[in-house]
Amino acid sequence: MPELGRAALVVTLGLGVYALIAGAAAARLGRRRLALSAQNALIAAFVSTLVAAGVLLTALVRHDFSFSYVARTTSKALPTPYTVSAFWGGQEGSLLLWLLVLTAFGAAAVRLNRGWAKSLVVWVVPVFAAVIVFFSFLLVAVASPFATQVAPADGAGMTPSLQNPYMLAHPPLLYLGYVGLTVPFAFAMGALLSGQLDERWLVATRRFTLFAWTALGIGQLLGSHWAYVEVGWGGYYAWDPVENAALMPWLAATAFLHSVMIQERRGMLRIWNVLLVILAFSLALFGTFLTRSGVVNSIHSFTQSSIGAWFLAFIAISVAVSLALVFWRLPLLRSPTRLESPISREAAFLYNNLLLLALCLTILWGVVYPMLSEAVQGESVVLGRSYYDFFLRIFGLPLLLLMGVGPLIAWRRASLRSLATTFRWPTAVALATGATLLVLGAGSSVPGLVAYTFSAFVLATIVLEFARGTRARKALGATSWPRAFTSLIARNRRRYGGYVVHASIVLLAVGIAGSSAFDSVAEARLERGQSMRIGDYTLVYRSLDERQVSNATEIRATLGVMRGDRDLGTLQAGKNAYTIEQQVSNEVGIRSDRLTGEDLFVIAEQIDPNGTVYFRVFVKPLVNLIWVAGLVFLLGSVIALWPDAREQRRLVSREGEIGVPATS
Amino acid sequence: MTAAFVFAGLLAILCVLLVAWPFLREPEPESDSLDELDDAERRRLELLEARDRALAALKELEFDHRTGTISDEDYRAQVGLLRRDAATALRDLERAEAVPAPGGEQGRPVGGRT
Repeated sequence: MPELGRAALVVTLGLGVYALIAGAAAARLGRRRLALSAQNALIAAFVSTLVAAGVLLTALVRHDFSFSYVARTTSKALPTPYTVSAFWGGQEGSLLLWLLVLTAFGAAAVRLNRGWAKSLVVWVVPVFAAVIVFFSFLLVAVASPFATQVAPADGAGMTPSLQNPYMLAHPPLLYLGYVGLTVPFAFAMGALLSGQLDERWLVATRRFTLFAWTALGIGQLLGSHWAYVEVGWGGYYAWDPVENAALMPWLAATAFLHSVMIQERRGMLRIWNVLLVILAFSLALFGTFLTRSGVVNSIHSFTQSSIGAWFLAFIAISVAVSLALVFWRLPLLRSPTRLESPISREAAFLYNNLLLLALCLTILWGVVYPMLSEAVQGESVVLGRSYYDFFLRIFGLPLLLLMGVGPLIAWRRASLRSLATTFRWPTAVALATGATLLVLGAGSSVPGLVAYTFSAFVLATIVLEFARGTRARKALGATSWPRAFTSLIARNRRRYGGYVVHASIVLLAVGIAGSSAFDSVAEARLERGQSMRIGDYTLVYRSLDERQVSNATEIRATLGVMRGDRDLGTLQAGKNAYTIEQQVSNEVGIRSDRLTGEDLFVIAEQIDPNGTVYFRVFVKPLVNLIWVAGLVFLLGSVIALWPDAREQRRLVSREGEIGVPATS
Repeated sequence: MTAAFVFAGLLAILCVLLVAWPFLREPEPESDSLDELDDAERRRLELLEARDRALAALKELEFDHRTGTISDEDYRAQVGLLRRDAATALRDLERAEAVPAPGGEQGRPVGGRT
């Protein structure tokens, strides 16, 4: 039923246009029923987009190749989960997912906030609607997923590297992140338009921003793991433009989540926060543009298309309008307070923001430089891994240290003597860790050693905070130590959830430092029965097997693995030849040591007809901490995201105090 | 194809009904104006935020001092300032509430239907 899908998208576009015009008119003229009607249009837009998404999903599952999109992205032999994932595997489907998530966020943000922040929500609706109009217009007029054709006997199939379980979750999570950043943007613009630049737009968007940020973070980590196990080059992050496209808005959102605390506590950084929200939203759009336009060469960019110009125009318009609004409202954005001391919590957060922003803009420059150089010189010059690694160390290591310093300094002003007292234990732990690692030989990589030392410092501060807080709660009357611990977290979920997230970043840093600064690699061409060594591992090439599965021919080399005298069993690495797609993929062999977090990583680079195989083998210390960090990150985010009934009561009571009943 | 058009028609009707619902529910309302904050209410909101900010800061300082995160020296330097901020916010709020809002009421009863 492509007609239903097309009609549903036209309805979404119509609703978007109505919400934009009626919402703007209602806000400007102060019309209550018109404002409600515009809000309902956003909710209806979600319903109609859901219908369109249902049509595409049904066509995919039924292998209806009369839909050009279905024929282009799937085949009959494609396993059902990957057939479903084709929804976001191609350009039109992924744009539809963008719109679906966007309308869902729009409906949810309006529904959840129109009770206690209704005078602000009225101005948010037209902003949301403008973004909906852009995406629904693209889907109706430029890149429809409901284009039809005479159905071929079979589809073209899916890019082999996308046929991976991670692809079921990685792209939708990234989209949740990208699109979720529209919520703070829409509320910030609504606040600017209405001149209501009080705290409400921050409170209304806090959880949405945190949710989007979490989704973007987890999505990237899943993408890294996908690259690690599927792409088969031996790493998890290659500073690829499309990978960077997801990292940049995440960094901007990270900066915002920190600086917003300064605004809430001290009323400072109002302009800065609005600018960060604009930056994060623009970078989310830019990320979609990079992934979908085909302007960059990337292993993650699976489409070449004509939507790039539309995206660039929309980004340019939204940035220009947003900055004009900021300029217009500058008098209202002035902060009532100033930074009192360079040694204070707000100063530490500010340094954190500057470093995050510097890292973000450095990466942005690395992404756009090849495009600019091609436009100016006619030749695309790519900034390589060393460029990014250098700036990651320059900005990343101080950021790591600040994660431990910031939360323990007093607001406004801290004395140097107090700092010495506060940080004596974490410093001692860090120095002891650094010295021990130096003795154990970790001095071969200075940045790696510094990262470990700083990580120890941060971990010590986090443990100290939890221990002191729990002790204080116990002294304040908690009946047991576990109850004191849980009450500590429950009473300030944002703060202690934040510490858990910090702990995950430490794990990430340790995993990255271990696997990149202290890894080893060996290569050898082996015949059956021959062996090779790497570190204290010995690998013996035993056999080569071939088998046919539904959509590919699998070739696997089996290696026996020994560590010293201990037999660790076997490991398989090889290639898959995909029949329909006419492509070959590397299928790596990985043996993880759960105790040490180390991986033995084997790539069968070349398999000769006579059975000789060219192997490349890596040993990656601590790499599994990166994936553990993802779980800890999720835990911390969930703690921070958990609804806080006390805060809700406070907001409702505040609305009541100014005489505006907080009802929906 | 006919079924598709029927479903599309139903979807369009449903959406139109949803959008028109505020007008259908209240064809002739007593008031159709938005509950927007006037200047006095905005000022009151700012003062309430300042009060909550100061009280939250005091509460956090007390707890951080109790845990040992904030030293005695920093605590002594901060607590007076924060208490003064809180007292100022409360006093400003009282003053603002003493000034009659336009229409002679403190905090007008602004609907609540939106």
